[in-house]
Amino acid sequence: MVCLTVYCHLMRKSEMWEALQFEFMRNALAAGILVSIACGVIGSLVVVNRIVFISGGIAHAAYGGIGLAFYTGIPPTLGAAIFSVGGSLLMGMVSLKTKHRADTFIGVLWAIGMALGVILVDLTPGYNADLMSYLFGSILAVPGSDLWFMVPMDMAIVLVILLFYKEFIAMSYDEEFAFVVGMPIRALYLALLCMIGLSVVMIIRVVGLILVIALLTIPPYIAEKYTTSLARMMVLSSLLGILFALAGLWLSFKFNLTSGATIILVAGAAFLLSQAADGLRRRSSPLKEGS
Amino acid sequence: MSTEPYAIEMRDVWFSYERRPVIEGVTFALKQGDFLGIIGPNGGGKTTLLRLMLGILKPQKGLIRILGELPHDAKHRVGYVPQYTNINVTFPISVMEITLMGRLAHCRIGRWYSRQDRQKAEEVLRQVGMWHERHTPIGKLSGGQRQRVFIARALATDPEILFLDEPTSSVDPDFETDLFDFLRELNRKVTIVVVTHDIGAISRNVKSVACVNHSLIFHEEGEITAQMIDMAYECPVDLIAHGMPHRVLSSHEEE
Repeated sequence: MVCLTVYCHLMRKSEMWEALQFEFMRNALAAGILVSIACGVIGSLVVVNRIVFISGGIAHAAYGGIGLAFYTGIPPTLGAAIFSVGGSLLMGMVSLKTKHRADTFIGVLWAIGMALGVILVDLTPGYNADLMSYLFGSILAVPGSDLWFMVPMDMAIVLVILLFYKEFIAMSYDEEFAFVVGMPIRALYLALLCMIGLSVVMIIRVVGLILVIALLTIPPYIAEKYTTSLARMMVLSSLLGILFALAGLWLSFKFNLTSGATIILVAGAAFLLSQAADGLRRRSSPLKEGS
Repeated sequence: MSTEPYAIEMRDVWFSYERRPVIEGVTFALKQGDFLGIIGPNGGGKTTLLRLMLGILKPQKGLIRILGELPHDAKHRVGYVPQYTNINVTFPISVMEITLMGRLAHCRIGRWYSRQDRQKAEEVLRQVGMWHERHTPIGKLSGGQRQRVFIARALATDPEILFLDEPTSSVDPDFETDLFDFLRELNRKVTIVVVTHDIGAISRNVKSVACVNHSLIFHEEGEITAQMIDMAYECPVDLIAHGMPHRVLSSHEEE
């Protein structure tokens, strides 16, 4: 309600400059940019490794951690981080061991995580109106302290990728060959899943855990079509993510809409546009692409 | 007998997926400098045998030595050209980046590729005639061109043994001739192991033949002779004589 009042106030002036006078708006912009960078880098690896489903599982398992945090009184971000990293390691280990049934197991963990979160919140005395914000995000309520958690997270992700770029690219492109030349495939895979887990915690703040997959996959999916290297794909998808976040934030502000969902719809519209552009291009050229 | 270790040595190697046995009691030894063609019916275990040699799979029983070492310890001494069908063509990656992957066996983890790595990549790309395409994304190349790049990647490791899994499947016949000419030339320095279903190409080019259908029959010959060609063709017949399950025969009958 407080938010709505502020919105109405802002709508009257209806200027972005005015919006930026507010700390929450500045924080929202910063959070959008920081999350987009993590999404661009990690999401590119998610898309080329085809582990979108596992990422969804991690995000939803994180909800159990949020429930646990409410129940025990620890910070929700910490609870989510514990569950998403724990969940990603568990899912990673299972998918390495039993490739054929891994998707089932991930689906089970996905559901258990959510259910656990709901039950733990039930058991928590008092009502937490805040919970919806973890499902659909609350970028407008990101406190400055969260930004100080996002900055080192982004730096850590970018640093790990800079250091181990050739190893990650080898694993992603041709796992078997990478193994033959001596890459520690399992360690790399689990490290990637852990980084997904940590990114998911950040993304939940912005678009909520239900929409995590969209932000992790749409910008890289579009970027993949226009780039010729994984590094460029990461940079372009980060930039696209920033664009979607800023546009979505502005639209949600202007039309008084839920910001997380607006950001995703902007990304979704861009996705459909790029698909349509592909279709047109293919129709205009007589040769089929690829084989 | 020379004192140098065998290129490949297998003694009573057994391997099964779940409960389904694929490799049953395989024993053979391949000298360095040899050019081995592995043939056999589909599902007979050709690729499984290759994966055992590369250390991707571990045998349930038996001993495997590559150049006298455990398969995975010899990783910087072997080159691998995997089956073309397993390749992801939409991946945003250039020819040069793929070739450099062959250098990973010699690189330290967490370091970028060195000048020497790049020089080696240039050398092998020139060798296979793909240097001019080094910046091209892999998805834009033809089947034969891609196969050249994967051979360059394997050669970038500077291997003493080169393993190729069905290198001529889904590429044009011209490429096949070029490939075997290239491999024969390469065989002056490097031991070569080719898995293929194409008995014709094998018989014209290799020095020895192994036929795999769960168990393995190894024909070792010093040079390519008419007898050797016969052997390659006889291989399925041998299997029948040995009372093995023989899909080759049934597929012949169907044709």
